[in-house]
Amino acid sequence: MPELSCQDLIRFLDDYVDMTQSDKVRVAFDGHLKNCPNCVAYLKTYRDTISLARGACAEDAAAPPPDDIPEELIQIILKSRPSD
Amino acid sequence: MDGLRSGDRDAFETFVRLFAPRATRIARRILQNEADAADAVQDAFISAMSAIRHFRADCQLTTWFHRVATNAALMKLRSKTRKDIRSIDELLPGFFADGHRIGPKPAWALSPDQILERSERCQIVHKKISELPEDSRNVVLLRDIQQVSTAETARQLGVSESVVKTRLHRARQALRSMFEEEFEVA
Ligand SMILES: [Zn+2]
Repeated sequence: MPELSCQDLIRFLDDYVDMTQSDKVRVAFDGHLKNCPNCVAYLKTYRDTISLARGACAEDAAAPPPDDIPEELIQIILKSRPSD
Repeated sequence: MDGLRSGDRDAFETFVRLFAPRATRIARRILQNEADAADAVQDAFISAMSAIRHFRADCQLTTWFHRVATNAALMKLRSKTRKDIRSIDELLPGFFADGHRIGPKPAWALSPDQILERSERCQIVHKKISELPEDSRNVVLLRDIQQVSTAETARQLGVSESVVKTRLHRARQALRSMFEEEFEVA
């Protein structure tokens, strides 16, 4: 396999991060990363991006949903139902 | 479900009472303000009702609603901050002819947990996600935030799995650049 460039690595970084590539390609990626601090930093911040999005927006399954929904709000929503 | 689609009043009320608490939790977290959260919850149900006819019976209702409600809250946040949708192409990395990246930067000083532990930084993350184009935001919401499979995401959005994959990778790279603007080591 010809040597990977940084551009090649970043083009297929999703497969590397999501573990959807072949072992052979993975080995080539690991080989590039061993010698390229720029791509190591890109990989880390790419993974951090996923963690940040998830951490900021995922539902907190451990906490029960609030039970203090104002009845007034429920009634406004019920009235907004599109009638046909 | 059928009652909801055909506009049955009782089915709608059941749906609202069942999902309002979750919509409220999502909206309060993103907007951190009771009045804005109430608006976003209303918007969530309005867009849920207009989208329900496209909802496929083989898709998960809770995942679908989470995306609709999160989008409603993020749109409210974006309208409050008066930011525009960013262009993905302008946020993708650039390369020299030899394949090296233009303007590489080091990794960020703070870990994701450290970034999110302060509410003002968590708010920045919400704002940046809200500035993604809708197509991109939807794949991030389903694949990375709710961790739904590529196949299920494709079903929910009505596109092919390869479109989901391409959009997700582009969206992550664009979001990474937006976060880098905020969290890079000064
Ligand atoms: Zn490299």
